[in-house]
This record gives sequence, structure tokens and C-alpha cells, in this order.
Amino acid sequence: MANSTAERLSRDEFFYGHKACAGCGGALAVRAALKELGQNAVSVLPAGCMSAVGFNFPQLCFSNNSIISTFAGTASMLTGIEAGLRARGYSDFTAVGFAGDGGTADIGIQALSGAIDRNDNIIYICYDNEAYMNTGIQKSGLTPFGARTTTTPAGANIHGNLRPKKNMFEIAAAHDIPYAATASIGYLPDFIRKVGKAAQIRGTKYIHVIAPCPTGWGIAPDETVEIAKEVVDCGLWYLAEYENGEFTLNHRPKDFSSVEAYLKRQGRFKHLDLSDIKTVIEARDRKWAFIEKNFSYS
Amino acid sequence: MKPYIREKKTFTAAEIPEATAFEAGYLVSVNSGWRSIRPVIDTGRCVGCEQCYLYCPDGVISVQNGKAVIDYDFCKGCGICAKIFRLGAIRTEAEHK
Ligand SMILES: Cc1ncc(C[n+]2csc(CCOP(=O)(O)OP(=O)(O)O)c2C)c(N)n1
Ligand code: SF4
Ligand code: SF4
Ligand SMILES: [Mg+2]
Repeated sequence: MANSTAERLSRDEFFYGHKACAGCGGALAVRAALKELGQNAVSVLPAGCMSAVGFNFPQLCFSNNSIISTFAGTASMLTGIEAGLRARGYSDFTAVGFAGDGGTADIGIQALSGAIDRNDNIIYICYDNEAYMNTGIQKSGLTPFGARTTTTPAGANIHGNLRPKKNMFEIAAAHDIPYAATASIGYLPDFIRKVGKAAQIRGTKYIHVIAPCPTGWGIAPDETVEIAKEVVDCGLWYLAEYENGEFTLNHRPKDFSSVEAYLKRQGRFKHLDLSDIKTVIEARDRKWAFIEKNFSYS
Repeated sequence: MKPYIREKKTFTAAEIPEATAFEAGYLVSVNSGWRSIRPVIDTGRCVGCEQCYLYCPDGVISVQNGKAVIDYDFCKGCGICAKIFRLGAIRTEAEHK
């Protein structure tokens, strides 16, 4: 029985024996992307879970060339690697970064913006687990409204995070980047296709992939893939691309599944009341009104 | 090709690399001790669809002769493989009975 996505991937494993928690969505995103890019990917991992679980000398879990960057410096190190290898006469390689949501939307945003501005020939992948997980679940600019983190606790008066998620996809697109996309590990073939497409485009590519973290989200390890699918099905995330100045929606759920069901199965949202959930649904509906108006549907 | 277990050397201070530069894919410890549940493949029911291979976050499932095989040295027992495949070819059992 053929699986067309499995067929296109390398049978090699490039991220193996790592110490990520069981069921880690970020680990699946890194593994799948490297299997698409193959042996000649040179990967950059800033401070964050994926570097912490991948490089524990002498347990080194990447089989392609990989390096840890400073927390803020994913994109600048990608720039340097791409320029350095090119200067030495190499052309058959892909410089790819895997940075967390904190490393992307907060501390690394300046370096990323600079790389896009120079149009350096790199792929930047943000694996979004919606908090600073490696240091113990602090709020980042990509933590959604209502989520309980250690810096946005849920009490009687304040119900977790008060701010909505930054829109990194559209921030990247606003640079008029050659290619940007959103994805989810719950729709893995779509993510893999986007990584493959990015590798064929010259200039800067940005892919934002939702990658649930069982530890930080308060879900069971076997639920990460399922919940990454559900966040798309209930409309709180969407699968889209930006190319040649146009936004395209890749997937339109027929009817949204229940936002409340999505939220309530996660420990980080357990405290939300009906009015909080209403706020989340209203924000979703505003977002989709914007999408329907500005994105074409493929 | 994939990272594999090598000799667990002891390093003297002088041998520890100064930069983050060392051999790729050099493993010295397994992850099997992390498991509280163990996925077991019913080869009779496995249709070789490779969904479990695709979605395993640890990449420990390979398909050999059309059937899924698990590398138990590195499986952490997350249970994603059992959930992704709904025809019940993978069941989970307690690791320590
Ligand atoms: C300049 C700097 N500040 C703070 C840290 C500490 N630190 C290491 S990992 C991390 C959290 C990373 O969060 P994110 O980028 O979302 O990745 P995740 O751990 O969630 O995968 C922090 C704050 C650091 N290494 N360097
Ligand atoms: S804390 Fe979360 S993101 Fe970090 S390794 Fe564990 S599951 Fe993955
Ligand atoms: S239980 Fe998890 S780690 Fe083990 S084979 Fe299944 S998906 Fe992979
Ligand atoms: Mg994070």
C-alpha cells in the first residue's frame, strides 16, 4: 500500500535518538523537514528545545551537519552559513533553521527581518509550540489568548494570557518575501510539500508550523498529532501560502469543529469560562472574514 | 543511514572539543527506559501504509518487507503510532507488567 508522502522522503533518519519528550510535535517537524531536504541540509538550531534535546555531547542526534546558534541569531547564522559555503564553491546544499516561537517572534525577529530584507537564500522554519518550553513554559509573542503559562498564570481575576498571538506569517509576508507558508504537524503531508517547495525557490523562505508540546499544553503524549489537526479543523489555525505577492488558502474546513472542545481538552485552557471562549471564537471569525476577503482558495 | 550507538568513551578535558564540533550522529545512550507503554505491531493486520512511520516523532519505525518494525531501543512509547492507525494493527501494552 503506497504512501505518496513517505515515498518522496529520504529513508534515512537525520534526527534520531534525541531526548525530546515522548510525543513532541517539534521533534516530528524537524524530523519530517530533514527527511524532505536530505543529507545536504545544513541545519541551524538556536537555544530552545530542539537544540537542547539534539545536542548533548557526546550524544549528537543529527546525521546531517547541524549547529547551535545564539537564541537571537538563527537567521544571521543561516546567512553566514549560506554565504560561507557558497564562497567555498559549494552549491548543492540547503541552509535551514529550526527556531521556536520565542526564538522567532520575540528575540530572533530582528535577525529574521534582516535576512528577508537581504533576500538570503535560506529556509527558516518556526516550530511553534506557543511558549518558551525549554525554560519551563513562559509566555511568548505566539502564546494564544487565554493560555496558562508560568508567566501568565490563571487566577480568579485574570484568566491566563491576555494578548492574542502575533501574526508571524503575515509579518514575514509583509517583507514581500519570495515564499511564506503556514502548516501544522497534524497535516504532515502539506507541511512536507511546503518544505519541498521552499527548497526549490531562491531567496528567503519562511514556514510557520504548529507543533504541539504535550508537556506545556497539558495533553497526553499520544494526542499531539490529533490536536495539531484539530486546531486547523476548528479554525484557530489555517494552512496558507504567500507567493508573488498573493495569499492562498490551502484548506478550508467545511464546518468548523468545536473551539470549546479543542480548548477544554488541554490543561493550559481548562480555566477558561464561557465569555473567554466567546472572545476566542469572535477572534477566529474576524480572522476568517479577513482570509475570505484577501486570500484566494486553491 | 541514521545516528547509531557508538562506544561510550570517557573524554579527558583536552579531548573535549572547544567548539561545538564533533562527529554527527554519535549516540551513546538509548531511550527505551522512558517507556511506560509499549506499542506492539500485529503483522497480520499491518497493511504497510506507512502512516506510523511518517508520524513517529522519533523516527523509530521502518517498513521492512512491507511490514512496520519498531526499534525498541529508541521508542519512547508516546502512542502516536497506535492512534494514527485506526485499523488496530498497533496496540499498546504496559511496559512493566
Ligand atoms: C540570549 C538568551 N536568552 C535566554 C536564553 C534562555 N533560553 C534558552 S531556551 C529558551 C526558550 C526557548 O523558547 P522557544 O524559542 O519558544 O523554543 P522551545 O524551547 O519552546 O522549543 C530560553 C529563554 C538563552 N539561551 N539565550
Ligand atoms: S517540552 Fe515540549 S517542545 Fe520541549 S521537548 Fe518536551 S514536548 Fe518537545
Ligand atoms: S510509541 Fe511513539 S516513539 Fe514509539 S514507535 Fe510509536 S510513535 Fe514512535
Ligand atoms: Mg516554544
